[in-house]
Amino acid sequence: MEQRVADTLAKKPSVLRGHAETIAFMVMVAALIAAPFFTYPLFLMQAMCFALFACAFNLLIGYVGLLSFGHALYFGWASYLSAYSAKAWGFPPELAILTGTATAAICGLLAGSLAIRRQGIYFAMITLALAQMMYFFALQAKFTGGEDGIQAVPRGFLFGLIDLRNEATMYVVVLVIFLAGFLFIYRIIHSPFGEVLKAIRENEQRAISLGYKTDRYKLVAFVLSATLAGAAGATKAIVLQLASLTDVNWPMSGEVVLMTLVGGLGTIFGPVVGSFVILLMQYKLAAVGEWVLVIQGVIFVACVLLFRRGVIGELANKLRIRL
Amino acid sequence: MCDVAGNRNRVFEIFGIPSTALFGQLLIGLINGSFYALLSLGLAVIFGMLNIINFSHGAQYMLGAFVAYLLLQYSGLGYWPALIVAPLIVGITGVIVERLFLQWLYKLDHLYGLLLTFGLALIIEGVARNQFGSAGLPYTLPDSLRGGQNLGFMFLPNYRAWVIVASLTICIGTWFVIERTRLGANLRAATENPTLVRAFGINVPRMITLTYGFGVALAAFAGVMAAPIYNVSPQMGSELIIVVFAVVVIGGMGSILGAIVTGFGLGVIEGLTKVFFPEASNTVIFVIMAIVLLVRPAGLFGRRA
Repeated sequence: MEQRVADTLAKKPSVLRGHAETIAFMVMVAALIAAPFFTYPLFLMQAMCFALFACAFNLLIGYVGLLSFGHALYFGWASYLSAYSAKAWGFPPELAILTGTATAAICGLLAGSLAIRRQGIYFAMITLALAQMMYFFALQAKFTGGEDGIQAVPRGFLFGLIDLRNEATMYVVVLVIFLAGFLFIYRIIHSPFGEVLKAIRENEQRAISLGYKTDRYKLVAFVLSATLAGAAGATKAIVLQLASLTDVNWPMSGEVVLMTLVGGLGTIFGPVVGSFVILLMQYKLAAVGEWVLVIQGVIFVACVLLFRRGVIGELANKLRIRL
Repeated sequence: MCDVAGNRNRVFEIFGIPSTALFGQLLIGLINGSFYALLSLGLAVIFGMLNIINFSHGAQYMLGAFVAYLLLQYSGLGYWPALIVAPLIVGITGVIVERLFLQWLYKLDHLYGLLLTFGLALIIEGVARNQFGSAGLPYTLPDSLRGGQNLGFMFLPNYRAWVIVASLTICIGTWFVIERTRLGANLRAATENPTLVRAFGINVPRMITLTYGFGVALAAFAGVMAAPIYNVSPQMGSELIIVVFAVVVIGGMGSILGAIVTGFGLGVIEGLTKVFFPEASNTVIFVIMAIVLLVRPAGLFGRRA
């Protein structure tokens, strides 16, 4: 009898709980469709690019337990190649974004195969050092335009037909790219491959002893993450019509860590919320100049000490659902 | 060309490079190497005890330079007192940081230590930028270290010679204390097995706190020494620390002596690159890191395979 009561009590909210992710996804999509009627579309498009960037980063830290402190490399170099191919070679936007994304995939393959040779804390230092190396290349290379960056990148015509200079059209394209990337990551996490990744995060030695070649899994996850970060950077270059050194420098790598940490490491919606929060903060605080750096530092410290689950992680924990 | 007087440098060429340029860059390489060695040593000591990679190490190095600058500006304390006082002050802030923040992280994943100290680095650098702007501030050389020696093949400024000697002394002193004294033995034992060492009646938490303070003081010491060479600026630490991370990856953090040798060695290699292939001088250390990872993934002096 008691058992039955307990069962019904447990079952009652499970309809909602089982679909928490679906409901949250619907809410997110509805909000992103409605938002441009209330605030600047350009801000929203930028935020969606960063959200995809943070989701890609979260795929590594949240689901494989690898902290990459050099994700600016993939974001920034994809952004450069996308901007350059659109401006200098006259590529249409879809090809420009593909070029940038492919660049990030190659960079991810090279950097990833080096970085996975060491574990834990060394992994973070290696990814940071490699990103800094590529920052210096970007600084010295001719085609990146040095301190000026690549400016006035043409948005062009999607598939040669659709004019992206129209803000509404551009918004729809960015929304589609963001949602595609988001669902792709969701698919990865919930695939058998994703289960192995989580096993590596929990106990790599054990995963090895079960016969998994964990290095290969880690490398594939790294390349996927770099590629998606690249897609975000490449899209950003077309949206803002700009690729610059800010995109490849180490503070950018720090920013994506911050966005993910604020939203919640290892939650699906956390990085999205985190990137909107951090970007909104930067816009609101643009007037106070260097204090933004201090505030970001304080948020880092506060998150690590008091708030390790992040906004979405805390919420999910309170409601006992998965988000 | 008449070179009768003999007090001028005799210039000869090595691989088509004038010797003065070569030795000049070698010297700069050694100077940079001293900073790499001091900082990677501090990182290794802190990591050994706290299991935390101290991302704010670069910011604390910058803090050392700024404290020296402020001491000179506002209390008239010159270079020599600053060399003692600045590391002491910054070391004390390190002790406070450890007590306030870091001590709560030891049971967590290492990554959180990195993230927290990264946040601290942003705070320190941000405050410095607000107070002093991004432009560098000059720090005047102490009179006693002005001038230089003519070695015949190159001109050796006294201050630069002092930096190399001082950092070598500190590095070897640290190595000696850790590897050859009773205190160092306790420290190493506590790194291996803190619970057991506590059972012997040694106050391990206090030791951890002081170790962090000492590591941070080393960074500040390097900062004071760097002040007269480079301008004192808020961002002087952040770029350096990334290079030092690469140095640490190359050397591995298992060995104190390894950190010192790698630091100086990479400084020299970087200096030589500036002579023979200047475009690559910014990236050579990262490239070496990549090669070492391919050939010896555990690092040159790494313990784990």
